[in-house]
Amino acid sequence: MTASATRSRVLSLYRQLLRESNRFDSYMYRNYALRRVKDSFRQHKGITDGNTIETLMADGHRNLEIIRRQTVINRLYKSDRLVVEDVATARRT
Amino acid sequence: MKCSLNSSQSQLCLQRHINHVSLALHSTQPFPTRTTHSVPILHSLSLHSNKRRLSSMAKSDNSLRALYLDAQSTTPLDPRVLDAMMPYMVSMYGNPHSRTHSYGWESEKATEEARQSVADIIGADPKEIIFTSGATESNNIALKGCAKFYKDKRDHIITTQTEHKCVLDSCRYLENEGFRVTYLPVQSTGIIDMNVLREAINDRTVLVSIMTVNNEIGVKQPIKEIGGLCRSKGVFFHTDAAQAVGKIPLNVNDMNIDLMSISGHKIYGPKVIRNGDPNHSYPGCVNLSFAYVEGESLLMALKDVALSSGSACTSASLEPSYVLRAIGSDEDLAHSSIRFGIGRFTTIEEVDYTVEKCIHHVKRLRAMSPLWEMVEEGIDIKTIKWSQH
Repeated sequence: MTASATRSRVLSLYRQLLRESNRFDSYMYRNYALRRVKDSFRQHKGITDGNTIETLMADGHRNLEIIRRQTVINRLYKSDRLVVEDVATARRT
Repeated sequence: MKCSLNSSQSQLCLQRHINHVSLALHSTQPFPTRTTHSVPILHSLSLHSNKRRLSSMAKSDNSLRALYLDAQSTTPLDPRVLDAMMPYMVSMYGNPHSRTHSYGWESEKATEEARQSVADIIGADPKEIIFTSGATESNNIALKGCAKFYKDKRDHIITTQTEHKCVLDSCRYLENEGFRVTYLPVQSTGIIDMNVLREAINDRTVLVSIMTVNNEIGVKQPIKEIGGLCRSKGVFFHTDAAQAVGKIPLNVNDMNIDLMSISGHKIYGPKVIRNGDPNHSYPGCVNLSFAYVEGESLLMALKDVALSSGSACTSASLEPSYVLRAIGSDEDLAHSSIRFGIGRFTTIEEVDYTVEKCIHHVKRLRAMSPLWEMVEEGIDIKTIKWSQH
């Protein structure tokens, strides 16, 4: 697979992970998921070995499925906003 | 169509709504900051909903949830944990001990995978992992089991004054059963003195129990050194690692740990005195005393944040914490201590909010304190002779 094809797959996964993480209704889970995704992709930014990339991508897809399921459950059991949230919601991208 | 309206214009809008049902305007008027919604509002209903929003602002302190900064008492369930457990609660519900069918086999497989995960975190063999109802039960089993097994030949146990209540209670029980227990003091940093421990061990000592990270003040004991000392003297070493597992590196073989208790539900100014050792502490637990401010009143003032003064298990009693007393904290400071516990889900925003509120309320409470007034005037509180009536 060409480098650019890999790059676009990685970016696509990254975007999907961020989009799904943003769907958590709970402030703490949402912030943790977003932070963890960004940190993880940043940490593995420089990897060039094809096998390692595939393993990491598979891991990423597995986590995407976990986040998808958990955001559904989380939205089924919503609770009130936290005291920091009304300011935070305005800042949320 | 966006517009910002004052109240007379709102009335006009309401009037228009009565005539034109489908009129809907988005408002850019800033609402009071305590609203819990940020969705576009049907402005034609604004007069009515403004009233509702204002009244909800009056109650909003009740409907907004407090931040959670009490990670030492318990932690939230990680979504990945829930995800891993769900299948076994909805479809794979077999008893792992059922040996005759696939429901049992799949549950057993999951249990063994869990056992391996726990073993990996602490560098142990899966055969050495026993699942109990929690760290309290584990502490009881470790202390009472070990002590009673060797009772004939050895009847001396060593622990510290800052252990969790269940360890101290187990030791008290063992004293009633005829064992001798040495409760080691800790230094003002909260860490034990290795020489004092060395002196305390004798040829009738069977067990030393010292917790890895303290649940109240967060200090880390020198576990590897303690383990090495115990192994060299042929004494068993038990550690309550409830606050440490998953947070600091642990290896039961390197650290010569014979017994370890783990808790599943835990793996989640002004003039200020930090209780404990700033260099040998677990960073997620900070215990601070604010001089001249009463702890309970500060906790009540910080009602937007879930905090604890002392540990959850001692919070029902009015006495100051025995842990803070053990590190030599002045009694009045021990009464004003607050424990801030952060975990993986805590955000910088939450910490900033907590810090701001804390500073604000400490200043406010100090302004009300006659003791603080005296300190500001330069009077040394300790020289005051409080007269008796």
